[in-house]
Amino acid sequence: MSPKLRLAFFLMPLVLFLLVAVFLFKGLFSDPTRLDSALVGREVPQFELPDLYQPDVTHDNRIIGTRPLLINVWATWCPTCYAEHTFLNQLLAEEQVYIIGLNYKDDSRGAAVRWLQNLGDPYAINLFDETGLLALDLGVYGAPETYVVDQHGVILYRHVGDLNERVWRQEVGPIYYRAMRDAGLPIPEHRRELVL
Amino acid sequence: MMRLLFLLLTLTFTLGLGQSMASAEFYEFETAEQERRFNQLTGELRCPKCQNQTIADSDAPLSQDMRQRVYEMIMAGNTNAEIIDFMKVRYGDFVHYRPPVNRSTLILWFGPLLAFLIGIIVIVINVRMRRNDAEAELTAEEEARLRAVMAAGDSNESKKEEHTN
Repeated sequence: MSPKLRLAFFLMPLVLFLLVAVFLFKGLFSDPTRLDSALVGREVPQFELPDLYQPDVTHDNRIIGTRPLLINVWATWCPTCYAEHTFLNQLLAEEQVYIIGLNYKDDSRGAAVRWLQNLGDPYAINLFDETGLLALDLGVYGAPETYVVDQHGVILYRHVGDLNERVWRQEVGPIYYRAMRDAGLPIPEHRRELVL
Repeated sequence: MMRLLFLLLTLTFTLGLGQSMASAEFYEFETAEQERRFNQLTGELRCPKCQNQTIADSDAPLSQDMRQRVYEMIMAGNTNAEIIDFMKVRYGDFVHYRPPVNRSTLILWFGPLLAFLIGIIVIVINVRMRRNDAEAELTAEEEARLRAVMAAGDSNESKKEEHTN
């Protein structure tokens, strides 16, 4: 056996060790509960759901595909949704972000309405998904979840967990505002940096 | 006797636990085949919320919804492939416990084979190295030294023999 081959042979365990070490080290920082949505790049599924406030009013896909928007999945039984709510109010007040609320399998319609009356309603439209019909079609596996949808009704991104300043600045905001720019809609002064 | 009893008890409890369904739902089927397919599918689909459980095992509300949907689709006459595709479109390949072969799952499918091949290569090289060592031919110089050493050994032996005599 040539010396070169012999060297390669003896170095093999070290190389294997390094490969495994890098792989495991990366694993330390990955979140196994984070799933990429299978629906990214697809249109929002067909739906027909009642309005949260008015049971006799139904909404369907026509409310989507007019402009970039967020679909925020929430419920009163979800503590993280409570934590997130203030930030959603802030998104509406300071940036006029267009959010559709999807109330997901809530305890009751009354509980959900009371929640919005007490905490404020950041949603442009409120959908009431009592049995989780649209949520199942969207692949919702926990609340809160937020979907970014572009002006053509195509899902651009899904964020699982609460929205907050950090997530908005680093993950979701840039995608939303890029879609806003593509749709030719105005971007607030203090968020221009997100699309640069 | 005690041993046998103990073994039987252990078996009874472990098997019983393994089969218990997480929830007390009741589904009514028209044929035994539908029930078998329901059990097979719910045992093959993963709960996206509690990631190490099948939807048959999990008590999460999401799993209940998914079981309900599987049940409805079976009763509506959908095939297994259609039901699995339905779930995959919504929750990704992740939802099925039999992952497809693609770039991100290559290591999963072929990792064991790779480890096996590396093992074979190591063994082959190792065996060859030993054989080479065994069959190595000595140079003239080495052979002369060997003879000298052996001759010295012989004379030592004969000296010892003289002493003992």
